[in-house]
Amino acid sequence: MALLRLKGITKSFGAIHALNGVDIEIHPGEIVGLMGDNGAGKSTLVKIIAGNFPPTTGEIVLSDETVHFNQPLDARAKGIEIVYQDLALCDNLTAAENLFLGREIRKGIWPFRVMNYDAMFKKAGELFEELQSETRPRDIVRRMSGGQRQAVAIARTRLSRAKLVLMDEPTAAISVRQVEQVLALIRRLKQQGISVVLISHRMPDVFAVSDRVIVMRRGAKVADKEIKHTTPEEVTGLITGAIRAA
Amino acid sequence: MPPEKAEAANVSIQDVVGIQQTTFIQRLFASQPFWITMALFAIIAFMSFYEPAYATERNFYNITRNFAFIGIMAMGMLAVIITGGIDLSVGSIMGFVSIVAGVILEAHYPWWVALPAGMLAGAALGAINGYIIAYIGLPPFVVTLGMLAAGRSFAQILSGNRMITDFGPDKAVVLEIGGGQILGIANPVWVLILLTFIFGFVFNYTSWGRRLFAIGGNEQAAQLTGVPVKRMKFQVYVLSACMAALSSILILGWQGSAINALGIGYELRVIASTVIGGADLMGGAGTAYGAFIGAALIEVIRNGLLMAGVDANWQGAFVGLFIVLAVYLERIRGRSRA
Ligand SMILES: Nc1ncnc2c1ncn2[C@@H]1O[C@H](COP(=O)(O)OP(=O)(O)OP(=O)(O)O)[C@@H](O)[C@H]1O
Ligand SMILES: [Mg+2]
Repeated sequence: MALLRLKGITKSFGAIHALNGVDIEIHPGEIVGLMGDNGAGKSTLVKIIAGNFPPTTGEIVLSDETVHFNQPLDARAKGIEIVYQDLALCDNLTAAENLFLGREIRKGIWPFRVMNYDAMFKKAGELFEELQSETRPRDIVRRMSGGQRQAVAIARTRLSRAKLVLMDEPTAAISVRQVEQVLALIRRLKQQGISVVLISHRMPDVFAVSDRVIVMRRGAKVADKEIKHTTPEEVTGLITGAIRAA
Repeated sequence: MPPEKAEAANVSIQDVVGIQQTTFIQRLFASQPFWITMALFAIIAFMSFYEPAYATERNFYNITRNFAFIGIMAMGMLAVIITGGIDLSVGSIMGFVSIVAGVILEAHYPWWVALPAGMLAGAALGAINGYIIAYIGLPPFVVTLGMLAAGRSFAQILSGNRMITDFGPDKAVVLEIGGGQILGIANPVWVLILLTFIFGFVFNYTSWGRRLFAIGGNEQAAQLTGVPVKRMKFQVYVLSACMAALSSILILGWQGSAINALGIGYELRVIASTVIGGADLMGGAGTAYGAFIGAALIEVIRNGLLMAGVDANWQGAFVGLFIVLAVYLERIRGRSRA
Protein backbone atom coordinates (compact mmCIF):
# COMPACT_ATOMS: atom_id res chain seq x y z
CA MET A 1 0.00 0.00 0.00
CA ALA A 2 1.34 3.38 -0.94
CA LEU A 3 1.90 5.92 1.82
CA LEU A 4 1.22 8.80 -0.53
CA ARG A 5 -0.39 8.90 -3.92
CA LEU A 6 -0.66 12.01 -6.08
CA LYS A 7 -3.14 11.78 -8.92
CA GLY A 8 -3.11 14.24 -11.80
CA ILE A 9 -1.76 17.16 -9.79
CA THR A 10 -1.74 20.46 -11.66
CA LYS A 11 -0.87 23.89 -10.37
CA SER A 12 -1.22 27.24 -12.09
CA PHE A 13 -0.01 30.58 -10.81
CA GLY A 14 -2.05 32.84 -13.05
CA ALA A 15 -0.72 32.24 -16.53
CA ILE A 16 2.19 30.10 -15.31
CA HIS A 17 1.53 26.37 -15.38
CA ALA A 18 4.00 25.13 -12.77
CA LEU A 19 2.65 21.56 -12.77
CA ASN A 20 0.63 19.82 -15.47
CA GLY A 21 -0.73 16.48 -14.36
CA VAL A 22 1.76 14.77 -12.06
CA ASP A 23 1.15 11.23 -10.77
CA ILE A 24 3.46 9.94 -8.06
CA GLU A 25 3.41 7.12 -5.51
CA ILE A 26 5.59 6.94 -2.44
CA HIS A 27 5.83 3.83 -0.30
CA PRO A 28 6.60 3.55 3.41
CA GLY A 29 10.30 3.65 4.16
CA GLU A 30 11.16 4.62 0.62
CA ILE A 31 13.66 7.30 -0.36
CA VAL A 32 12.70 9.07 -3.54
CA GLY A 33 15.08 11.44 -5.29
CA LEU A 34 13.26 14.27 -7.08
CA MET A 35 15.35 15.92 -9.77
CA GLY A 36 14.83 18.47 -12.50
CA ASP A 37 16.11 21.74 -13.91
CA ASN A 38 15.49 25.08 -12.20
CA GLY A 39 11.83 25.93 -12.49
CA ALA A 40 10.80 22.35 -13.28
CA GLY A 41 8.21 22.44 -10.51
CA LYS A 42 9.91 20.40 -7.76
CA SER A 43 9.41 22.89 -4.97
CA THR A 44 5.85 23.56 -6.08
CA LEU A 45 5.10 19.84 -5.87
CA VAL A 46 6.46 19.33 -2.36
CA LYS A 47 4.80 22.52 -1.16
CA ILE A 48 1.47 21.11 -2.30
CA ILE A 49 2.17 17.89 -0.40
CA ALA A 50 3.10 19.95 2.69
CA GLY A 51 -0.11 21.97 2.60
CA ASN A 52 1.39 25.33 1.59
CA PHE A 53 -1.19 25.75 -1.11
CA PRO A 54 -3.76 23.43 -2.66
CA PRO A 55 -3.31 21.96 -6.14
CA THR A 56 -5.35 23.59 -8.91
CA THR A 57 -6.67 20.15 -9.81
CA GLY A 58 -5.79 16.63 -8.75
CA GLU A 59 -6.02 14.44 -5.71
CA ILE A 60 -3.74 13.72 -2.77
CA VAL A 61 -4.25 10.33 -1.14
CA LEU A 62 -2.48 9.65 2.12
CA SER A 63 -2.69 6.04 3.39
CA ASP A 64 -5.83 5.42 1.30
CA GLU A 65 -7.52 8.59 2.52
CA THR A 66 -8.07 11.60 0.27
CA VAL A 67 -6.76 14.67 2.08
CA HIS A 68 -7.25 18.41 1.61
CA PHE A 69 -4.70 20.49 3.43
CA ASN A 70 -5.69 24.10 4.06
CA GLN A 71 -2.49 25.03 5.85
CA PRO A 72 0.91 23.52 6.67
CA LEU A 73 -0.32 22.55 10.14
CA ASP A 74 -2.85 20.15 8.59
CA ALA A 75 -0.11 18.28 6.76
CA ARG A 76 2.07 18.24 9.84
CA ALA A 77 -0.77 16.76 11.86
CA LYS A 78 -0.82 13.91 9.34
CA GLY A 79 2.88 13.24 9.79
CA ILE A 80 4.32 15.23 6.90
CA GLU A 81 7.38 17.36 7.68
CA ILE A 82 9.21 19.60 5.23
CA VAL A 83 12.54 21.38 4.93
CA TYR A 84 11.84 24.39 2.74
CA GLN A 85 14.29 25.40 0.06
CA ASP A 86 14.51 28.89 1.60
CA LEU A 87 14.61 27.25 5.06
CA ALA A 88 11.80 29.46 6.48
CA LEU A 89 13.86 30.83 9.35
CA CYS A 90 13.44 34.02 11.38
CA ASP A 91 16.80 35.78 11.36
CA ASN A 92 16.12 37.64 14.58
CA LEU A 93 15.50 34.58 16.74
CA THR A 94 17.84 31.96 18.19
CA ALA A 95 18.42 28.58 16.63
CA ALA A 96 16.35 26.90 19.33
CA GLU A 97 13.48 29.37 18.98
CA ASN A 98 13.38 28.80 15.24
CA LEU A 99 13.49 25.07 15.73
CA PHE A 100 10.48 25.13 18.06
CA LEU A 101 8.58 27.94 16.36
CA GLY A 102 4.89 27.10 16.36
CA ARG A 103 5.35 24.19 18.79
CA GLU A 104 7.23 25.66 21.70
CA ILE A 105 7.80 23.63 24.84
CA ARG A 106 6.05 25.40 27.70
CA LYS A 107 5.67 24.91 31.40
CA GLY A 108 3.28 26.10 34.08
CA ILE A 109 -0.43 26.71 33.95
CA TRP A 110 -2.18 29.47 32.02
CA PRO A 111 -1.92 32.46 32.43
CA PHE A 112 1.55 31.74 33.73
CA ARG A 113 2.45 29.25 31.05
CA VAL A 114 5.91 30.27 29.94
CA MET A 115 8.53 29.14 27.48
CA ASN A 116 10.58 26.26 28.84
CA TYR A 117 13.89 27.50 27.47
CA ASP A 118 15.95 24.91 29.35
CA ALA A 119 14.06 22.03 27.77
CA MET A 120 14.17 23.63 24.32
CA PHE A 121 17.88 24.40 24.46
CA LYS A 122 18.57 20.88 25.64
CA LYS A 123 16.47 19.21 22.96
CA ALA A 124 17.89 21.53 20.29
CA GLY A 125 21.41 20.66 21.39
CA GLU A 126 20.63 16.96 21.09
CA LEU A 127 19.19 17.34 17.60
CA PHE A 128 22.14 19.41 16.37
CA GLU A 129 24.45 16.80 17.81
CA GLU A 130 22.57 14.09 15.97
CA LEU A 131 23.26 16.07 12.79
CA GLN A 132 26.85 16.60 13.92
CA SER A 133 26.36 20.27 13.29
CA GLU A 134 28.29 23.05 14.98
CA THR A 135 25.04 24.87 15.63
CA ARG A 136 24.58 26.27 19.11
CA PRO A 137 20.97 26.54 20.32
CA ARG A 138 21.45 30.03 21.74
CA ASP A 139 22.97 31.62 18.65
CA ILE A 140 20.96 34.13 16.65
CA VAL A 141 20.18 32.78 13.19
CA ARG A 142 21.22 36.07 11.51
CA ARG A 143 24.81 35.40 12.50
CA MET A 144 24.85 31.73 11.53
CA SER A 145 26.54 30.13 8.54
CA GLY A 146 24.61 28.55 5.69
CA GLY A 147 25.25 25.06 7.04
CA GLN A 148 24.14 25.95 10.54
CA ARG A 149 20.94 27.46 9.20
CA GLN A 150 20.29 24.35 7.21
CA ALA A 151 20.81 22.23 10.31
CA VAL A 152 18.12 24.22 12.10
CA ALA A 153 15.65 23.68 9.26
CA ILE A 154 16.44 19.97 9.07
CA ALA A 155 16.28 19.52 12.84
CA ARG A 156 12.68 20.77 12.74
CA THR A 157 11.61 17.59 10.97
CA ARG A 158 12.85 15.58 13.96
CA LEU A 159 10.54 17.17 16.52
CA SER A 160 7.64 14.91 15.87
CA ARG A 161 7.34 11.38 14.63
CA ALA A 162 6.85 11.94 10.91
CA LYS A 163 5.74 9.46 8.26
CA LEU A 164 7.03 11.47 5.34
CA VAL A 165 9.86 13.97 5.29
CA LEU A 166 10.17 16.30 2.31
CA MET A 167 13.62 17.83 1.87
CA ASP A 168 13.96 20.63 -0.68
CA GLU A 169 17.68 20.90 -1.43
CA PRO A 170 18.85 20.16 2.11
CA THR A 171 22.47 19.83 1.03
CA ALA A 172 22.73 22.93 -1.13
CA ALA A 173 24.71 25.12 1.26
CA ILE A 174 26.72 22.73 3.34
CA SER A 175 30.19 21.24 3.53
CA VAL A 176 31.14 17.76 2.35
CA ARG A 177 31.25 16.46 5.91
CA GLN A 178 27.80 17.80 6.70
CA VAL A 179 26.38 16.44 3.45
CA GLU A 180 27.43 13.02 4.72
CA GLN A 181 25.59 13.69 7.98
CA VAL A 182 22.39 14.63 6.17
CA LEU A 183 22.62 11.53 3.98
CA ALA A 184 23.21 9.39 7.06
CA LEU A 185 20.15 10.97 8.66
CA ILE A 186 18.08 10.16 5.59
CA ARG A 187 19.19 6.52 5.81
CA ARG A 188 18.29 6.44 9.51
CA LEU A 189 14.83 7.80 8.72
CA LYS A 190 14.39 4.98 6.22
CA GLN A 191 15.37 2.43 8.86
CA GLN A 192 12.64 3.83 11.08
CA GLY A 193 10.16 3.28 8.24
CA ILE A 194 9.92 6.98 7.40
CA SER A 195 9.68 7.93 3.73
CA VAL A 196 11.83 10.72 2.36
CA VAL A 197 11.53 12.85 -0.76
CA LEU A 198 14.92 14.34 -1.48
CA ILE A 199 15.12 17.24 -3.93
CA SER A 200 18.68 17.86 -4.98
CA HIS A 201 20.74 19.03 -7.93
CA ARG A 202 23.64 16.90 -6.71
CA MET A 203 23.65 13.64 -8.61
CA PRO A 204 25.99 11.76 -6.21
CA ASP A 205 23.76 12.51 -3.22
CA VAL A 206 20.65 11.27 -4.94
CA PHE A 207 22.35 8.11 -6.15
CA ALA A 208 23.90 7.47 -2.73
CA VAL A 209 20.65 7.23 -0.81
CA SER A 210 17.63 6.97 -3.10
CA ASP A 211 15.63 3.84 -3.90
CA ARG A 212 13.99 5.58 -6.81
CA VAL A 213 14.50 8.73 -8.81
CA ILE A 214 11.79 10.88 -10.33
CA VAL A 215 12.73 13.40 -12.98
CA MET A 216 10.58 16.43 -13.75
CA ARG A 217 10.76 18.72 -16.71
CA ARG A 218 8.56 21.79 -17.26
CA GLY A 219 5.96 20.74 -14.75
CA ALA A 220 5.64 17.14 -15.88
CA LYS A 221 7.09 13.88 -14.67
CA VAL A 222 9.35 12.51 -17.43
CA ALA A 223 10.87 9.54 -15.61
CA ASP A 224 10.26 7.42 -12.53
CA LYS A 225 12.90 4.72 -12.22
CA GLU A 226 14.41 2.38 -9.67
CA ILE A 227 17.86 3.74 -8.93
CA LYS A 228 19.45 0.40 -9.87
CA HIS A 229 17.88 0.58 -13.31
CA THR A 230 19.30 3.94 -14.25
CA THR A 231 22.57 5.86 -14.37
CA PRO A 232 23.63 9.44 -13.64
CA GLU A 233 24.17 9.89 -17.36
CA GLU A 234 20.62 8.88 -18.18
CA VAL A 235 19.18 11.11 -15.43
CA THR A 236 21.27 14.04 -16.67
CA GLY A 237 19.91 13.47 -20.15
CA LEU A 238 16.37 13.38 -18.80
CA ILE A 239 16.83 16.59 -16.85
CA THR A 240 18.23 18.52 -19.78
CA GLY A 241 15.78 17.04 -22.25
CA ALA A 242 18.45 15.30 -24.30
CA ILE A 243 16.51 12.13 -23.50
CA ARG A 244 12.81 12.93 -23.85
CA ALA A 245 11.38 10.39 -21.43
CA ALA A 246 12.15 7.03 -19.82
CA MET B 1 23.89 25.37 -7.23
CA PRO B 2 22.96 29.07 -7.03
CA PRO B 3 26.06 31.24 -6.54
CA GLU B 4 25.02 32.78 -3.21
CA LYS B 5 24.68 29.34 -1.71
CA ALA B 6 28.14 28.31 -2.83
CA GLU B 7 29.44 31.41 -1.09
CA ALA B 8 27.63 30.52 2.12
CA ALA B 9 29.37 27.15 2.12
CA ASN B 10 32.78 28.80 1.84
CA VAL B 11 32.34 31.14 4.77
CA SER B 12 30.93 28.55 7.11
CA ILE B 13 34.12 27.59 8.94
CA GLN B 14 35.13 31.19 9.51
CA ASP B 15 31.69 31.91 10.86
CA VAL B 16 31.73 28.97 13.21
CA VAL B 17 34.99 30.14 14.72
CA GLY B 18 33.82 33.75 14.85
CA ILE B 19 30.64 33.25 16.81
CA GLN B 20 30.91 33.13 20.56
CA GLN B 21 28.02 33.04 22.90
CA THR B 22 27.72 36.53 24.30
CA THR B 23 28.17 37.33 27.96
CA PHE B 24 25.76 39.46 29.96
CA ILE B 25 28.11 42.47 29.91
CA GLN B 26 28.56 42.22 26.15
CA ARG B 27 24.83 42.09 25.68
CA LEU B 28 24.35 45.06 27.99
CA PHE B 29 26.84 47.23 26.11
CA ALA B 30 25.32 46.17 22.82
CA SER B 31 21.86 47.19 23.91
CA GLN B 32 20.36 50.49 22.91
CA PRO B 33 18.18 50.89 26.04
CA PHE B 34 21.36 50.75 28.13
CA TRP B 35 22.91 53.71 26.30
CA ILE B 36 19.65 55.64 26.34
CA THR B 37 19.48 55.09 30.08
CA MET B 38 23.03 56.48 30.38
CA ALA B 39 22.05 59.48 28.26
CA LEU B 40 19.00 60.01 30.44
CA PHE B 41 21.04 60.04 33.63
CA ALA B 42 23.61 62.34 32.04
CA ILE B 43 20.92 64.86 31.15
CA ILE B 44 19.36 64.65 34.62
CA ALA B 45 22.77 65.05 36.30
CA PHE B 46 23.64 68.00 34.09
CA MET B 47 20.29 69.69 34.67
CA SER B 48 20.40 69.13 38.44
CA PHE B 49 23.78 70.77 38.56
CA TYR B 50 22.89 73.63 36.24
CA GLU B 51 19.38 74.42 37.50
CA PRO B 52 18.65 74.14 41.25
CA ALA B 53 14.89 74.05 40.69
CA TYR B 54 15.28 70.97 38.51
CA ALA B 55 16.00 68.22 41.00
CA THR B 56 12.91 68.74 43.10
CA GLU B 57 10.32 66.22 44.11
CA ARG B 58 7.65 68.32 42.40
CA ASN B 59 9.48 68.36 39.09
CA PHE B 60 10.25 64.65 39.11
CA TYR B 61 6.61 63.99 39.97
CA ASN B 62 5.58 66.00 36.91
CA ILE B 63 8.13 64.45 34.58
CA THR B 64 7.22 60.89 35.49
CA ARG B 65 3.49 61.53 35.30
CA ASN B 66 3.84 63.25 31.94
CA PHE B 67 5.73 60.43 30.30
CA ALA B 68 3.56 57.73 31.87
CA PHE B 69 0.71 58.51 29.47
CA ILE B 70 3.01 58.17 26.46
CA GLY B 71 4.80 55.16 27.94
CA ILE B 72 1.57 53.23 28.48
CA MET B 73 0.66 53.71 24.83
CA ALA B 74 4.21 52.82 23.81
CA MET B 75 3.76 49.32 25.28
CA GLY B 76 0.87 48.54 22.94
CA MET B 77 2.61 50.27 20.05
CA LEU B 78 5.69 48.14 20.68
CA ALA B 79 3.71 44.93 20.25
CA VAL B 80 2.50 46.27 16.90
CA ILE B 81 5.95 47.42 15.82
CA ILE B 82 7.57 44.10 16.76
CA THR B 83 5.27 42.35 14.27
CA GLY B 84 6.44 44.81 11.62
CA GLY B 85 3.31 46.95 11.75
CA ILE B 86 2.54 50.50 12.85
CA ASP B 87 -0.42 52.12 14.58
CA LEU B 88 -0.91 55.78 13.67
CA SER B 89 -4.38 55.92 15.19
CA VAL B 90 -3.52 55.83 18.92
CA GLY B 91 -3.88 59.59 19.42
CA SER B 92 -7.31 59.67 17.81
CA ILE B 93 -8.44 56.58 19.68
CA MET B 94 -7.39 58.37 22.83
CA GLY B 95 -9.57 61.38 21.95
CA PHE B 96 -12.52 59.18 21.08
CA VAL B 97 -12.26 57.17 24.30
CA SER B 98 -12.14 60.26 26.48
CA ILE B 99 -15.30 61.59 24.84
CA VAL B 100 -17.14 58.26 25.14
CA ALA B 101 -16.26 57.98 28.83
CA GLY B 102 -16.98 61.68 29.37
CA VAL B 103 -20.40 61.58 27.74
CA ILE B 104 -21.43 58.55 29.79
CA LEU B 105 -20.23 60.15 33.02
CA GLU B 106 -22.04 63.33 32.11
CA ALA B 107 -25.24 61.30 31.80
CA HIS B 108 -24.69 60.38 35.47
CA TYR B 109 -23.75 56.78 34.98
CA PRO B 110 -21.32 55.39 37.55
CA TRP B 111 -17.56 55.32 36.87
CA TRP B 112 -17.56 51.53 36.59
CA VAL B 113 -19.86 51.81 33.60
CA ALA B 114 -18.26 54.81 31.94
CA LEU B 115 -14.61 53.82 32.12
CA PRO B 116 -15.04 50.21 30.89
CA ALA B 117 -17.33 51.55 28.17
CA GLY B 118 -14.51 53.87 27.11
CA MET B 119 -12.09 50.95 27.07
CA LEU B 120 -14.51 48.94 24.97
CA ALA B 121 -14.99 51.79 22.52
CA GLY B 122 -11.22 52.00 22.10
CA ALA B 123 -10.91 48.25 21.68
CA ALA B 124 -13.63 48.35 19.02
CA LEU B 125 -11.65 50.85 16.93
CA GLY B 126 -8.57 48.66 17.42
CA ALA B 127 -10.57 45.65 16.26
CA ILE B 128 -11.55 47.49 13.08
CA ASN B 129 -7.87 48.30 12.45
CA GLY B 130 -6.85 44.74 13.20
CA TYR B 131 -9.53 43.14 11.10
CA ILE B 132 -8.73 45.18 8.00
CA ILE B 133 -4.98 44.70 8.40
CA ALA B 134 -4.93 41.02 9.33
CA TYR B 135 -7.84 39.56 7.42
CA ILE B 136 -8.31 41.89 4.46
CA GLY B 137 -4.61 42.48 4.14
CA LEU B 138 -4.32 46.24 3.67
CA PRO B 139 -1.08 47.89 4.84
CA PRO B 140 -1.07 48.98 8.51
CA PHE B 141 0.19 52.44 7.62
CA VAL B 142 -2.81 53.13 5.40
CA VAL B 143 -5.43 51.52 7.62
CA THR B 144 -4.35 53.26 10.82
CA LEU B 145 -3.90 56.53 8.94
CA GLY B 146 -7.55 56.17 8.01
CA MET B 147 -8.44 55.52 11.63
CA LEU B 148 -6.37 58.54 12.68
CA ALA B 149 -8.81 60.67 10.68
CA ALA B 150 -11.95 58.67 11.43
CA GLY B 151 -11.38 58.26 15.17
CA ARG B 152 -10.93 62.00 15.64
CA SER B 153 -14.02 62.63 13.62
CA PHE B 154 -16.07 60.21 15.77
CA ALA B 155 -14.88 62.09 18.86
CA GLN B 156 -15.93 65.43 17.37
CA ILE B 157 -19.34 64.14 16.33
CA LEU B 158 -20.03 62.53 19.70
CA SER B 159 -18.90 65.52 21.74
CA GLY B 160 -20.64 68.07 19.57
CA ASN B 161 -17.31 69.87 19.70
CA ARG B 162 -17.58 70.87 23.34
CA MET B 163 -15.52 70.20 26.40
CA ILE B 164 -17.07 67.84 28.95
CA THR B 165 -16.30 68.78 32.54
CA ASP B 166 -19.39 67.52 34.31
CA PHE B 167 -18.45 63.97 35.29
CA GLY B 168 -21.61 63.42 37.33
CA PRO B 169 -21.76 61.93 40.83
CA ASP B 170 -18.63 59.80 40.39
CA LYS B 171 -16.38 62.70 39.46
CA ALA B 172 -14.24 62.26 42.58
CA VAL B 173 -13.50 58.62 41.76
CA VAL B 174 -12.51 59.43 38.18
CA LEU B 175 -10.25 62.26 39.33
CA GLU B 176 -8.67 60.00 41.93
CA ILE B 177 -7.92 57.17 39.45
CA GLY B 178 -6.04 59.31 36.98
CA GLY B 179 -4.95 62.24 39.16
CA GLY B 180 -4.19 60.50 42.44
CA GLN B 181 -0.94 59.19 43.81
CA ILE B 182 0.33 56.33 45.92
CA LEU B 183 3.50 56.71 48.02
CA GLY B 184 4.27 60.01 46.33
CA ILE B 185 4.19 58.55 42.83
CA ALA B 186 1.38 59.41 40.42
CA ASN B 187 -1.05 56.59 39.66
CA PRO B 188 -0.35 56.61 35.89
CA VAL B 189 3.32 56.04 36.71
CA TRP B 190 2.44 52.98 38.77
CA VAL B 191 0.35 51.73 35.90
CA LEU B 192 3.25 52.24 33.49
CA ILE B 193 5.71 50.47 35.79
CA LEU B 194 3.35 47.53 36.18
CA LEU B 195 2.74 47.36 32.43
CA THR B 196 6.45 47.54 31.67
CA PHE B 197 7.01 44.45 33.81
CA ILE B 198 4.03 42.64 32.31
CA PHE B 199 4.96 43.44 28.73
CA GLY B 200 8.61 42.65 29.37
CA PHE B 201 7.57 39.29 30.75
CA VAL B 202 5.20 38.56 27.87
CA PHE B 203 7.77 39.56 25.22
CA ASN B 204 10.48 37.39 26.72
CA TYR B 205 8.86 34.41 28.36
CA THR B 206 5.60 33.58 26.62
CA SER B 207 5.24 31.84 23.30
CA TRP B 208 2.74 34.53 22.25
CA GLY B 209 5.38 37.18 22.84
CA ARG B 210 8.15 35.30 21.07
CA ARG B 211 5.87 34.65 18.11
CA LEU B 212 5.40 38.40 17.71
CA PHE B 213 9.14 38.59 17.09
CA ALA B 214 8.91 35.69 14.66
CA ILE B 215 6.21 37.47 12.66
CA GLY B 216 8.35 40.61 12.51
CA GLY B 217 11.44 38.61 11.56
CA ASN B 218 9.93 36.54 8.76
CA GLU B 219 6.17 36.58 8.51
CA GLN B 220 6.07 33.85 5.90
CA ALA B 221 8.26 31.53 7.93
CA ALA B 222 6.08 32.12 10.97
CA GLN B 223 3.00 31.26 8.94
CA LEU B 224 4.61 28.11 7.51
CA THR B 225 5.67 26.82 10.91
CA GLY B 226 2.17 27.10 12.30
CA VAL B 227 2.07 30.50 13.99
CA PRO B 228 -1.50 31.91 13.68
CA VAL B 229 -0.18 35.08 12.03
CA LYS B 230 -3.52 36.66 11.12
CA ARG B 231 -5.06 36.17 14.52
CA MET B 232 -2.01 37.57 16.25
CA LYS B 233 -1.85 40.61 14.00
CA PHE B 234 -5.48 41.27 14.81
CA GLN B 235 -4.71 40.96 18.51
CA VAL B 236 -1.83 43.45 18.55
CA TYR B 237 -3.95 46.24 17.06
CA VAL B 238 -6.65 45.61 19.65
CA LEU B 239 -3.97 45.63 22.33
CA SER B 240 -2.50 48.89 21.07
CA ALA B 241 -5.95 50.50 21.05
CA CYS B 242 -6.60 49.23 24.60
CA MET B 243 -3.39 50.84 25.83
CA ALA B 244 -4.40 54.12 24.18
CA ALA B 245 -7.80 53.81 25.85
CA LEU B 246 -6.25 53.12 29.25
CA SER B 247 -3.99 56.12 28.89
CA SER B 248 -6.97 58.24 27.87
CA ILE B 249 -8.97 57.23 30.93
CA LEU B 250 -6.07 58.14 33.20
CA ILE B 251 -5.66 61.52 31.50
CA LEU B 252 -9.37 62.09 31.92
CA GLY B 253 -8.94 61.94 35.70
CA TRP B 254 -5.80 64.02 35.72
CA GLN B 255 -7.19 66.84 33.58
CA GLY B 256 -10.74 66.61 34.93
CA SER B 257 -12.19 67.19 31.51
CA ALA B 258 -12.80 65.39 28.24
CA ILE B 259 -11.94 67.14 25.01
CA ASN B 260 -12.03 65.73 21.52
CA ALA B 261 -8.61 67.20 20.77
CA LEU B 262 -6.96 64.94 23.34
CA GLY B 263 -3.98 63.02 21.96
CA ILE B 264 -3.41 65.02 18.78
CA GLY B 265 0.13 64.27 17.63
CA TYR B 266 0.71 61.71 20.38
CA GLU B 267 1.21 58.90 17.85
CA LEU B 268 4.54 60.42 16.84
CA ARG B 269 5.77 60.70 20.43
CA VAL B 270 4.68 57.13 21.12
CA ILE B 271 6.40 55.74 18.03
CA ALA B 272 9.50 57.84 18.80
CA SER B 273 9.62 56.36 22.32
CA THR B 274 9.76 52.81 21.01
CA VAL B 275 12.34 53.64 18.35
CA ILE B 276 14.61 55.52 20.75
CA GLY B 277 14.31 52.49 23.01
CA GLY B 278 15.64 50.19 20.30
CA ALA B 279 12.55 49.01 18.44
CA ASP B 280 13.04 48.35 14.74
CA LEU B 281 10.34 49.79 12.50
CA MET B 282 11.00 46.92 10.11
CA GLY B 283 9.82 44.59 12.86
CA GLY B 284 11.39 41.83 14.90
CA ALA B 285 13.14 43.89 17.58
CA GLY B 286 12.24 46.00 20.60
CA THR B 287 11.98 45.83 24.39
CA ALA B 288 9.44 47.00 26.95
CA TYR B 289 12.15 48.60 29.05
CA GLY B 290 13.42 50.40 25.95
CA ALA B 291 9.97 51.84 25.26
CA PHE B 292 9.75 52.97 28.88
CA ILE B 293 13.13 54.65 28.82
CA GLY B 294 12.47 56.13 25.37
CA ALA B 295 9.31 57.78 26.64
CA ALA B 296 11.22 59.02 29.69
CA LEU B 297 13.99 60.50 27.58
CA ILE B 298 11.62 62.50 25.40
CA GLU B 299 9.92 64.00 28.45
CA VAL B 300 13.21 64.72 30.20
CA ILE B 301 14.43 66.59 27.14
CA ARG B 302 11.20 68.55 26.89
CA ASN B 303 11.19 69.38 30.57
CA GLY B 304 14.90 70.17 30.60
CA LEU B 305 14.60 72.66 27.77
CA LEU B 306 11.67 74.27 29.52
CA MET B 307 13.54 74.58 32.81
CA ALA B 308 16.65 75.87 31.07
CA GLY B 309 14.51 78.59 29.57
CA VAL B 310 15.02 77.41 26.01
CA ASP B 311 12.22 78.24 23.59
CA ALA B 312 9.76 75.30 23.73
CA ASN B 313 9.78 75.19 19.93
CA TRP B 314 13.24 73.57 20.10
CA GLN B 315 11.78 70.46 21.65
CA GLY B 316 10.94 68.80 18.35
CA ALA B 317 14.44 69.41 17.04
CA PHE B 318 16.02 67.69 20.02
CA VAL B 319 13.64 64.76 19.99
CA GLY B 320 14.23 64.36 16.25
CA LEU B 321 17.97 64.45 16.81
CA PHE B 322 17.72 61.72 19.41
CA ILE B 323 15.60 59.49 17.19
CA VAL B 324 18.07 59.68 14.33
CA LEU B 325 21.07 59.42 16.63
CA ALA B 326 19.68 56.37 18.41
CA VAL B 327 19.04 54.56 15.16
CA TYR B 328 22.42 55.63 13.78
CA LEU B 329 24.24 54.29 16.83
CA GLU B 330 22.35 51.05 16.40
CA ARG B 331 23.52 50.88 12.81
CA ILE B 332 27.20 51.52 13.49
CA ARG B 333 27.24 48.90 16.21
CA GLY B 334 26.48 46.52 13.37
CA ARG B 335 23.40 45.04 14.89
CA SER B 336 21.17 46.19 12.11
CA ARG B 337 19.57 43.83 9.68
CA ALA B 338 20.74 45.81 6.68
N1 LIG C 1 4.16 31.53 -5.70
C1 LIG C 1 4.40 31.52 -7.03
N2 LIG C 1 3.82 32.44 -7.84
C2 LIG C 1 4.04 32.44 -9.16
N3 LIG C 1 4.83 31.56 -9.78
C3 LIG C 1 5.43 30.61 -9.05
C4 LIG C 1 5.24 30.55 -7.63
N4 LIG C 1 5.97 29.51 -7.15
C5 LIG C 1 6.58 28.94 -8.23
N5 LIG C 1 6.26 29.60 -9.36
C6 LIG C 1 6.70 29.25 -10.72
O1 LIG C 1 6.49 27.88 -10.91
C7 LIG C 1 7.56 27.30 -11.64
C8 LIG C 1 8.15 26.15 -10.87
O2 LIG C 1 8.84 26.64 -9.74
P1 LIG C 1 9.50 25.71 -8.64
O3 LIG C 1 9.95 26.60 -7.54
O4 LIG C 1 8.59 24.62 -8.28
O5 LIG C 1 10.77 25.13 -9.41
P2 LIG C 1 11.91 24.17 -8.85
O6 LIG C 1 11.86 22.94 -9.68
O7 LIG C 1 11.82 24.01 -7.40
O8 LIG C 1 13.21 24.98 -9.25
P3 LIG C 1 14.61 25.18 -8.45
O9 LIG C 1 15.48 24.02 -8.80
O10 LIG C 1 15.15 26.43 -9.04
O11 LIG C 1 14.32 25.30 -7.01
C9 LIG C 1 8.54 28.42 -11.92
O12 LIG C 1 8.30 28.90 -13.22
C10 LIG C 1 8.18 29.47 -10.90
O13 LIG C 1 8.47 30.76 -11.39
MG1 LIG D 1 12.93 24.60 -5.82
